[in-house]
Amino acid sequence: MIDDSKPIFMQIAELIENDIISGVLAEEAQVPSTNEFAAFYRINPATAAKGINRLVEDGLLYKKRGIGMFVTEGAPQRLRAQRREKFQQQFIAPLTAEASKLGIGVDELVAMIKTGSES
Amino acid sequence: MPRTTAIATRELSKTYKDVKALDNVTLDLEPDRIYGLLGRNGAGKTTLMSILTGQNYADHGTAEIFGHAPFEHDPTLSRICFIRESQKYPDDFKVHQAFESAALFFENWDEDLAQELVEAFALPINRRIKKLSRGQLSAVGVIIGMASRADITFFDEPYLGLDAVARQIFYDRLVEDFAEYPRTIVLSSHLIDEVANLLEHVIVIDKGQIVIDSDAEELRGTAVTVTGDAAKVQEFIGAAQVLHRDALGALASVTIKAKLDADQREQAKLMGLDLSPVSLQQLVVRSALSGTTAQRTEERTEARK
Repeated sequence: MIDDSKPIFMQIAELIENDIISGVLAEEAQVPSTNEFAAFYRINPATAAKGINRLVEDGLLYKKRGIGMFVTEGAPQRLRAQRREKFQQQFIAPLTAEASKLGIGVDELVAMIKTGSES
Repeated sequence: MPRTTAIATRELSKTYKDVKALDNVTLDLEPDRIYGLLGRNGAGKTTLMSILTGQNYADHGTAEIFGHAPFEHDPTLSRICFIRESQKYPDDFKVHQAFESAALFFENWDEDLAQELVEAFALPINRRIKKLSRGQLSAVGVIIGMASRADITFFDEPYLGLDAVARQIFYDRLVEDFAEYPRTIVLSSHLIDEVANLLEHVIVIDKGQIVIDSDAEELRGTAVTVTGDAAKVQEFIGAAQVLHRDALGALASVTIKAKLDADQREQAKLMGLDLSPVSLQQLVVRSALSGTTAQRTEERTEARK
């Protein structure tokens, strides 16, 4: 779950973002506490707090004093829009690069994607 | 206002006969953080902790705990718990007696936590400590270290003889308890991969000198391993500092100290090179060894050509 590729706080933030996008954490739902995250992922609580705080700064989570942390209304839509922007660079670019290496033309690639989506 | 420093050392040095155990060690440790004190056997970890806990003295330099020299200063010593790798207990002491003495000494002692941990480690509390297995003896130390809730707790390789399950219990309970009762924890360990995610700050000591003193998160991603065609790897890494180099025929795998940005990653991909992350353990091993081993590896590589 947690690996060495980047700072843990960023990975925690991404894990929560994924749960927001997939609806595991619904809008206005309460998010587990920093300490719960720390215990669950076996990480330093300060690191967990840093990841959560980043989402608070981004306005994806908000704090209710003395109660906890909640998912902001509209957070899933905002995250989806962000991910769409990165989609080209993260997924399409490597796909077309590999395809051209293998001599797969654009039309063939499109056909393969269509077949893939059907199954 | 900066918070009071928990531990501060200035140019701390200690020599045993002709061995420099500590060489000009200057450190500042903030309160309420988990520190990893990492390094090879004989690097100076235990010497440093002994001095910080007033059980040894330095030849040169100063060490202060919450602003006081710890040596023979009782108010300071009562705030420190030091669990040694080979912790000694009075002869014929039973396990529960060790806990009872600890409860008297440490004012924050939490008896409930101690009981929970005794159950978690399945420790026979009526047995004489002399009769315990190595793992059970380590469990006694871990329980005292945790339940003391001292302002500063040093764990010096506390897991000897503990199996993987028992070590996981220790790490899990440490994170849980620290989250609820933040305090300064200094964890000295060889098993870096096991504790890496628990640490907020990493101090690496080698031959008595501090070679890394850095936030754990900042350290993550400061090195990367580049693998691929040897010539292309060389072209890509340029003048970057090499921590380690492996070669297999025309293939090279080189660990460099560098934070790559998105463009550089893209470029590596275009050159057909693989980039892989470097774990904290690898980074520590490479940093501690980089002087001698990297050079040797290079000579070997040269010789093969």
